Amino acid sequence: MTKIWTPNRRQFLKNTAGVAGLAAASSILPGGVARAAGLTVGFIYVGPKDDYGYNQSHAEGAAVVKKIPGVKVVEEERVPETVDVQKTMESMINFDGATLLFPTSFGYFDPHILALAPKYKDVRFEHCGGLWTEKNPKNVGSYFGYIGMGQYLNGIAAGHATKSKKIGFVAAKPIPQVLLNINSFLLGARAVDPTITCQVIFTGEWSLAVKEAEATNALADQGVDVITCHVDGPKVVMETAAGRGMYLCGYHANQSKLAPEKYLTGAEWNWGKVYTDMVNATLKGETIPNFVRGGLSEGFIKMSPLGPAVSDAARKQFESTQATILKGGFSVIKGPLKDNKGNVVAKDGEAFAETDVKLESMNYLVEGVVGSTS
Amino acid sequence: MTTDAGLASPATRAINAETAETLGRRIDAVFLPLAALLVGMLIFSIFLLFLGKSPIEFFQIVYKAGFGTSFSWTNTLARAAPLLLAALCVALPARLGLVIIGGEGAIVLGGVAAGAVAMLAPGLPGPIGIIAMAIAAAVVGGAWIGGIGALRHLRGVNETISSLLMAYIAIALMNHLVEGPLRDPASLNKPSTAPLPDAWRIGEIPGVGVHWGLAVGIIGCIVCWLLIERTTWGFAARIVGGNVKAAQIQGLPAGLLMIGFTALGGAFAGLAGMFEVAAVHGSANASLAAGYGYTGILIAFLARHNGLAIIPAAIVFAGFEASSGLIQRRLDLPDATILVLEGIVFITILLSDALQDKVSIVKLMKGDRT
Repeated sequence: MTKIWTPNRRQFLKNTAGVAGLAAASSILPGGVARAAGLTVGFIYVGPKDDYGYNQSHAEGAAVVKKIPGVKVVEEERVPETVDVQKTMESMINFDGATLLFPTSFGYFDPHILALAPKYKDVRFEHCGGLWTEKNPKNVGSYFGYIGMGQYLNGIAAGHATKSKKIGFVAAKPIPQVLLNINSFLLGARAVDPTITCQVIFTGEWSLAVKEAEATNALADQGVDVITCHVDGPKVVMETAAGRGMYLCGYHANQSKLAPEKYLTGAEWNWGKVYTDMVNATLKGETIPNFVRGGLSEGFIKMSPLGPAVSDAARKQFESTQATILKGGFSVIKGPLKDNKGNVVAKDGEAFAETDVKLESMNYLVEGVVGSTS
Repeated sequence: MTTDAGLASPATRAINAETAETLGRRIDAVFLPLAALLVGMLIFSIFLLFLGKSPIEFFQIVYKAGFGTSFSWTNTLARAAPLLLAALCVALPARLGLVIIGGEGAIVLGGVAAGAVAMLAPGLPGPIGIIAMAIAAAVVGGAWIGGIGALRHLRGVNETISSLLMAYIAIALMNHLVEGPLRDPASLNKPSTAPLPDAWRIGEIPGVGVHWGLAVGIIGCIVCWLLIERTTWGFAARIVGGNVKAAQIQGLPAGLLMIGFTALGGAFAGLAGMFEVAAVHGSANASLAAGYGYTGILIAFLARHNGLAIIPAAIVFAGFEASSGLIQRRLDLPDATILVLEGIVFITILLSDALQDKVSIVKLMKGDRT
């Protein structure tokens, strides 16, 4: 019924110029239709929408939402994690009538979303990062994905491609999410060849192109021949590494365009699916759960198509591992496993599934990773 | 008025002419920057026309989002609050001829100092805690920028370069402290100091919807104006700014003044960091390096380093920035658009300085007389 009425309303509005026409139209239409046609969704990004990385992955999700009939999308990029984001959210609510917001940067949550949510109880705040607890406002939700699994699959592709048995990782900060990605990447490679090591360099910032390029060059100088990264925009790492003849494993979004011959695969977010589900639930009047998580099998993350440099043996192991992960409950971190200082992090027989919350306070690099968390 | 002057005695006429000239200078001081602002907006309109966008629609959105509704004013003033204090860190040393562009360093370290106080003595009652944070932030910010003034005076180190480079060191130091010794172990994916006790949080000015940093910023601007324009210290500082050698020959303590005024500027910047921690973030973390120190440079130069003029300059720029989001959303222009407008306005206002002696009411009055 909604779908039949919407075009009629548009047509009607088009034909009736003026305020009187508008008023008449809205009074004629049933309330439900007006509400369905009026959902405005706001997306806020901390960096540029075309960064080939974190922000682009969310903007691609927003682009999918734009196609849903009756939904208007407003977007703002490069919004700092300061009072700026509070004002951007309020501006979207006050000037655009947004009632569903996706402030996508991790640092937007505390204190910014938590400060605004009690003031705007009719607005739903959906934050990427997975921080919501029972103590937080009920009109706030958080969602995140188990992308470490994607880095594990990256590691398998890397393990087959490396000749020097040295793979590399350019990382922003030594925080749990990043450490899990580094460890997963190495353990994926070690599933191919247990002698492989992974050199990690932390740049200290989420977005600092000069240091990312320096780190990539330093890794190349040390003989690393496959690289991946966890920074907001992987473009610089990918282009620099391809220029040095390294193979690439992507992160956040698909970077194959930057170096099609060298790109093996990549761990990508699949926010289009997540956002479509959340917007459709809102349109139906359902409440989105406050705490949403998912991995490969839930469609929260996906892998870039395998590139031309991937061998048949690599493809076979990649696809069979992916099939196992898709069944759910897969553990990357499983015993016996030590960290790179010799402490036991998983006893023999102990395994941490992707959903295990203990992984979210990870503070170690596993044996085989060359680098330090501090 | 001319007939009055004609009837008056020569002495009164001279006084009248003098007050008229002072008045004329005041009008010039307001009129020229305003005219330059309009010219800058016109030049920017041409830029918009090339992009196929309507300048009228653009400025309507700027007005609506920056100044058109009560929410817009809250938005603008909230953004102006840290800029007022950041601009003072540039304007005060500038009156002594020192160009300090590293206020960002004092802001982040002031914020870290506030966060550290909260970790060291969380048991203090609210008001005392807030005062302790303010003192710590002002001392750290003051020492940081005062140190630059001292390096300049004692070792002849160029203060512009050293302040900029030391801002990078300050940010690195903040990252080290927040991710290391001062890190709250519970802050997993965003390293921060421990959250401030609730009683230490600084709230909003009732009815304005902006935290108390705005009031402190405005008071700071007024106090600095009085200090520079109405005290012997300020007079001495201005003489040092005119000619250091001449000031020293007169027996003025040039070095002390340089260190004192840079330290005072740094103390204001440190306070800006403290308000970010106590009123906005609730803990110290990397979000402190938000670039307020750099926007403060633009504002101080626009205000010609005059404390009172900083207030409107900061509000205009904050209004531009408040409208940036709506411009992205309504006109589909990139976020850099407002930066282009700010850049053009900055240049036209600075250039208008050069026209001061050519297009001037004072000059017109004098021209009539001769």
